[in-house]
Amino acid sequence: MSKMKKILALLMIAVLTFAAVGCSGGDKTNDDKKPAEQTEEGNKTDGKQLKITMVTDVGGVNDQSFNQSAWEGLQKADKDLGTKSTYQESHQESDYVSNLETALDAENDLIWGIGFKLSKAVKAAAEENDDVKYAIVDFSYGDDTPDNAVGVVFKQEQPSFLVGYIAAMMSETGKVGFVGGMESEVITAFDYGYHAGVAYANKVADKDVKVLRQYAEAFDDPAKGKAIANSMYQQGADIVFHAAGGSGDGVIEAAKEQDKYVIGVDRDQHDLAPDNVITSAMKRVNVGVYNVVKDLKEGKFPGGTTVVYGLEEGAVDIAPTSDKHVPKEILDKVEEIKKLIIDGEIEVPFDEDSYEEYVKTLK
Amino acid sequence: MEGKRLKFTIISVFVGLLVGAFILLAVGFNPLEAYGVMIRGILGKPKYISWTIIQSTPLILTGISVAFAFRTGLFNIGAEGQFIIGALVATLVGYFWNLPPILHAIVAMLMACLAAAIWAGLAGILKSKFGVNEVITTIMLNWIALYLSNAVVFWDQFKRPNSEASYNILESASIRFPKTLRSISDFFRAPVNWGFIIAILVAILIRHILKNTTLGYQLRAVGFNSDAAEYGGIDVKRNIVISMAIAGALSGLAGAVHVLGVTEEVAVLAAMEGNGFDGIAVSLIAGNNAIGCIFAGLLFGALKYGGYKIQPAMGAPSEIISIVIGTIVFFISMPKLIEMLTTLRAKRKRGGEVESK
Repeated sequence: MSKMKKILALLMIAVLTFAAVGCSGGDKTNDDKKPAEQTEEGNKTDGKQLKITMVTDVGGVNDQSFNQSAWEGLQKADKDLGTKSTYQESHQESDYVSNLETALDAENDLIWGIGFKLSKAVKAAAEENDDVKYAIVDFSYGDDTPDNAVGVVFKQEQPSFLVGYIAAMMSETGKVGFVGGMESEVITAFDYGYHAGVAYANKVADKDVKVLRQYAEAFDDPAKGKAIANSMYQQGADIVFHAAGGSGDGVIEAAKEQDKYVIGVDRDQHDLAPDNVITSAMKRVNVGVYNVVKDLKEGKFPGGTTVVYGLEEGAVDIAPTSDKHVPKEILDKVEEIKKLIIDGEIEVPFDEDSYEEYVKTLK
Repeated sequence: MEGKRLKFTIISVFVGLLVGAFILLAVGFNPLEAYGVMIRGILGKPKYISWTIIQSTPLILTGISVAFAFRTGLFNIGAEGQFIIGALVATLVGYFWNLPPILHAIVAMLMACLAAAIWAGLAGILKSKFGVNEVITTIMLNWIALYLSNAVVFWDQFKRPNSEASYNILESASIRFPKTLRSISDFFRAPVNWGFIIAILVAILIRHILKNTTLGYQLRAVGFNSDAAEYGGIDVKRNIVISMAIAGALSGLAGAVHVLGVTEEVAVLAAMEGNGFDGIAVSLIAGNNAIGCIFAGLLFGALKYGGYKIQPAMGAPSEIISIVIGTIVFFISMPKLIEMLTTLRAKRKRGGEVESK
């Protein structure tokens, strides 16, 4: 019996704890304090503090890739623009809708969906709640973009063109490689941008560099990426560029083992293999995210459109660590090419058709 | 007996919350505030309640699946793979077949059950024919299911262009409540569907099978002591296959209900989503009781749905929230786990007496 009493006592304590929780829930002072403190900072620049949140895809916020980069962009906005940002991680595909719903209830001014996997959910949410602003990374709704939504896409073909040029100029064997993840609009742009960069180098420097191309058919299979890269190096390629997410880790691993050169993607991947990664085709999602927040803050939210970020906006580039391996004269040339791209003298192709067109103009 | 178990479980829940509170306190967040956010996130609005139910539904069904296999002395770690197969088949039937409403949904669910039953039955056959441990085969079948599903989603006829997901199921296969109900209550803003009711009916049916039928008696006898059951004239091998197949069908139904009611498509999976693995925890919390799985599933679903709301509300890193939720689950399941492991070991080793309940 005494045991029963003990258990009962424990239960009572537990119930009381819960009651206390309930009270603190009803009492709003706790919640209101924090935003109030931070609004002071916000007040300096603007009357009202903007609340922003982002919903990640299943990669999570620390994915070493675009989710992480987007969150860095929002944190920078918090610091510079006095906004208040939060994130919500998705753990499975079915979380997208419920997370967007939660974000809506938290009375955010701008809600980000990170990655094209959320495109359907973001569009549905935007159409239903036209008083809230939505934005999505890596997806364009084209003419169907709701007025309160904006698509943010990147010209990944531009940095790919630059690294293609570098690869062709530095190749001693006359063969370079490209390892793609899965075929999609984004990866195709990396692919043909790179091809075009090699073709351009062949033309201006009178070379005959060939490109080997293969897809890993997965973004999360390093073993496959390694196998492909190994076979490319054996076929005589001495520089391989990958746009294959996690599978690309295997490509870099292969380069390390065979002591060959490799080119990274999305972020500066120099730290993964300092002796082998000569440069990276960087896609700064954080810059894109930051700029949209800034536009919203200044009342210029580009709703109903798709914003395209390229070299001009500093949202794509080659890695700052490129000078460690790439000779200075090539880097100087790259700077010139950047100007040509920004001025529109070079129109970098992004798919098969535009690539064919481009190659014709070189002849 | 039942009452004691219930008390045990409730105490474990509070111990879990308490330890979780200490972790939050240790990293500098007010646990009362955090749990307040969580509880408001679960019960604060009618639509939160409906979301909790929606999130719980597949967990209830996979929980019953694991519990059912456990009653026959089988550890079904393959609920995840069976869930994936069920979801895939339900989507295929839901998209490619043209059938009248209601019938379409029922056919899709039955086909999903059938496919997942065969899938899990494979593990059962391997166990009964060759003595291959079902833990190993079901884990391996999980991976095969994952990649099979991805391969099928990449099939041109099935994949929605410019996406990493399949086409949506046809309207006729949907088991959602009509959208017009939205005007009645906030509750219906979430994709509320028949899944929860189906799960409750299934729980009652499974309880009935286990308690009141010859089949259920045989299955349980095999679970208590397979040697004694064989001596008593029960075909142990056949019962192992049947038990796995039924467990598979239940997980497959979970996948079907999730697709037909919530996602309406299957996406390329980079990793396992955990609906089946969480089912193991649900089954543990429920003490392998089918009816208990309803409440355990709701508890688990609520923790998952409400718990992750703490992160944006308080700015705590999501890892901390995952640790807290993990700790709570750990404590909830632990007493049961220990209790069960000891009894299972004793049964497998010595072959104890057949318990009668």
